[in-house]
Amino acid sequence: MDNIGYALAVDLDNAFPEVVEEMGTRLYWGLRRMSADHQEAEDLTQETFIRAYNALNGYDRQRIRDMKLESWLWTIALNLGRNHVRDRSRRPTWVELEDLGTEDPEIADGHAWDRRLECLNRHQRTAVVLRHVIGMGIADITEATGRPAGTVKADIHRGLAKLKEVMEDET
Amino acid sequence: MSIETELSTLLGKLPDGINEGVALGTGLAEGFDLYDSAIGQVAVTFNPEGVSSLDIADVGFEDRFRSRFERPLIRAEAPGSWARHIPSAIEEGRPGKLPVDLRSVTKFQADVLGRTATIPRGEVRPYAWLANEVRRPNAVRAAGSAVANNPIPLIIPCHRVVRADGHIGNYSLGGPDNKVDLLEHEGTRPGWLEGLAAQHVRFRGDSSTGVVCHPTCHAVRRSEKANVVGFRSLKAAMDEGFLACEVCRPCC
Repeated sequence: MDNIGYALAVDLDNAFPEVVEEMGTRLYWGLRRMSADHQEAEDLTQETFIRAYNALNGYDRQRIRDMKLESWLWTIALNLGRNHVRDRSRRPTWVELEDLGTEDPEIADGHAWDRRLECLNRHQRTAVVLRHVIGMGIADITEATGRPAGTVKADIHRGLAKLKEVMEDET
Repeated sequence: MSIETELSTLLGKLPDGINEGVALGTGLAEGFDLYDSAIGQVAVTFNPEGVSSLDIADVGFEDRFRSRFERPLIRAEAPGSWARHIPSAIEEGRPGKLPVDLRSVTKFQADVLGRTATIPRGEVRPYAWLANEVRRPNAVRAAGSAVANNPIPLIIPCHRVVRADGHIGNYSLGGPDNKVDLLEHEGTRPGWLEGLAAQHVRFRGDSSTGVVCHPTCHAVRRSEKANVVGFRSLKAAMDEGFLACEVCRPCC
């Protein structure tokens, strides 16, 4: 990621598609696990990159080189996600049943995990996904979520305990 | 397998479309779509700022676009907030509510094209008029090359700009035959314009109102035939006490 930060600072337009290539999968699947919704995860992933590009356009080279790209992208994505949920709760949504599952790149077991993750509260779910699905460190999660390290650790701990409980109930 | 290990396998592949969606949304690539026009199917390119080019939708279109604009091109739907204005802008020959992106040309050229977009359907203006409208009356050739390099023909109606001698002149979008077809489609008769030019008539005035216009200005076209007088120059009309029309602003 260090090299990408440098490449972005030198030539934003040329390096940005590489960022999308490198980070898109992690961003999309993280958001997908947090929302259990393909369309929402896809919209948020695209919007996050578009916001990031527009912001980077206004930053000087030093600032771009120094930034922690992944946690910064997650900060944008999580903020957008919060607003997205708020916007959606203000108006009713209709889901066309026949559209469900089409173009869905879901992997085996994914839906089972969505059901389990749905039992966690929002903070626990975000922290567990960032830590164990994406594989981010505590410091980066702290930066991305704006929550203190101790709180993040507790969210992960309680989240995992809850998942264990849910899975024991399944058998 | 522990819960932690199982969670780490929950990453899949990146869905198709995200890369392209980001490229279009950031403007790193241009989108294009096909539309009908009076001279056949055309390809319109766009980015978040607006419509950026229009060309004949033939096999060479994508290559011409890439060599001129040096940008990636993706087949896509235009942004929903203004996509519906594209067909009417093509048919009416003016941008109207459609945002246009003229960042590919210079400020002067954008000014010239902005004035070109105000020429009403059914009318034509000479190149010198455009130069005068952008307050650079001596830059007639530069105005001519701005029009010749118009990235968004049809929507910015450069087919309504003709030579001062009444010949309809060149046309970038598939050649002069298309220009004739477009003018006829809009009710301007190129043969009639050339007939006037053969008689050295470059302006027409209405003797009852004392106003002199470009020959195709709708003001003078509404005049009684018996009152219409032709002039070789604006000065000749002024010498007879005619005033320049405030709508078409004849100048040269």
